[in-house]
Amino acid sequence: MDALNVVGLTVHYGRLKALEDVSFRISTGSLTAVIGPNGSGKSTLLKTLVGLIKPMEGTITVLGTSIDKARGRIAYVPQKEEVYWGYPLTVWDVVALGRIRAVGPLKPVSKKDEVVIQALEKAGLSSLKSRKISELSGGQQQRIFLARAIAQEADLYLMDEPLTGIDAEAEDRLLEILSSLREEGKTIVMTTHDLSSTLEMFDNVMVLRNCLVAFGRPEEALKAENLAKAYGSERVAMHLSDVNRVAGWR
Amino acid sequence: MALIETLLEPLSYEFMRLSLITAVVVGLTASTLSVFVVLRGWSLLGDAISHSVLPGLALSAAFNLPLTVGGAVAGVVASVLIGFVESRTRVRNDTAIGIVLTGAFALGLVIISRLRPTVDVFHILFGNVLGVSAEDLVITTAIGFLVILLVSLFMKEIVSFTFDPMFTHVVGLPSALIQYSLMIMMSLTVIAALQTVGIILVISLLVAPGATAQIYARNLGQMIAISLAVGVFSSVAGLFVSYYFAVSSGGTIALTATLIFFTALALKRR
Repeated sequence: MDALNVVGLTVHYGRLKALEDVSFRISTGSLTAVIGPNGSGKSTLLKTLVGLIKPMEGTITVLGTSIDKARGRIAYVPQKEEVYWGYPLTVWDVVALGRIRAVGPLKPVSKKDEVVIQALEKAGLSSLKSRKISELSGGQQQRIFLARAIAQEADLYLMDEPLTGIDAEAEDRLLEILSSLREEGKTIVMTTHDLSSTLEMFDNVMVLRNCLVAFGRPEEALKAENLAKAYGSERVAMHLSDVNRVAGWR
Repeated sequence: MALIETLLEPLSYEFMRLSLITAVVVGLTASTLSVFVVLRGWSLLGDAISHSVLPGLALSAAFNLPLTVGGAVAGVVASVLIGFVESRTRVRNDTAIGIVLTGAFALGLVIISRLRPTVDVFHILFGNVLGVSAEDLVITTAIGFLVILLVSLFMKEIVSFTFDPMFTHVVGLPSALIQYSLMIMMSLTVIAALQTVGIILVISLLVAPGATAQIYARNLGQMIAISLAVGVFSSVAGLFVSYYFAVSSGGTIALTATLIFFTALALKRR
């Protein structure tokens, strides 16, 4: 089954064309990276897929149904900057929010909630569960969002720039968690600026520049001509393909 | 004891007893919301809502509707309008708030001066303790009860929304309902504060207690407790100062809340 089936998606902000006639299919249990320059519509795509932005045209089938019906089974992992880290919550508090719908109104989430405990474990946060969120590193902040999504028991994870502003070690850790989620049959789509060798581990790479430049296996999608089209400059594209060569593929 | 006499003497007056209870209820209500206003970054929005309540009050008075209904509707209309201006133009949130706030306030003044030229606008804006009636007290208490009940019942939903509204929507909670409920509660609190603090200075009780609490609190529970203490203390202390110095109660209450904030800030730095 396809986790995502998008046909002819078009999103405009006034006269600005954010996305133009974008179509693709992503199968369940896969890991997809969405790349493209700033303003290429990456974040818009994710926000449209969770229903935060209404498309002008096109159909979106998520997990075999409409966005509204799939709500709750989709997890959106925002950029770190989108929340206020001075909020006096602990790591446990934030991850427990993932259970908010399952537990239902008028009841607190139990301190012994197994799903929360396991989500913390999977994200490697068990030892930090009583830590205030204001005292976390960038990588840890990213992982509590991921843990919250795991606690939500979502099937589709849409992550906005999770690798931005975290160090190499934190990045490895995050990608490791994503791989194990993929093994459980979860589907993950993330936007990234990072065009390094890590793209090798993805099943699909989508190259966006307000329209779909390329979509497919990393080695196909990341061909120099596609990158030149997306980034608009031969130089950037050459640099990027160098990176690919150094990484030992293509 | 002189202190006890000082505290009890004003209470021999009916209006002071009514005002005192009202002030305590308003302090509790506003400081409960204050925690979330501060954490969500809604101080300016709260200011806009408090100003926008004026035309709602004026119209509901003119058409003999309950003030609470007019005020709540006006507060929500203003909030929606701010969101609309923000999404349809390139202006930033503070500009949208600035435009709607002044426009709504001006509209309120125009309506009042036309329909009720005898009403003292000063009292509506900055409070008039002498004006607290038993009926006002009932309304204020009902609003306070409703707000505190809703916030305690839906605490985790409100925390989720104020921490991360997008997540709250995506996880499948009615985020728009939570958002507008919070705005309605803010509007109702403004109306509850009409007589003691007035609709403009009530913003100090929607901001200062939460801000003070955030300086010291290590978790949300502590933050709520400190905020409540600051809110109630400011209201009561401000009321007594207002009585003894025969000055505006809205002014003294807002001033006390502000002083507490700066004192807390100064003590923390040391």
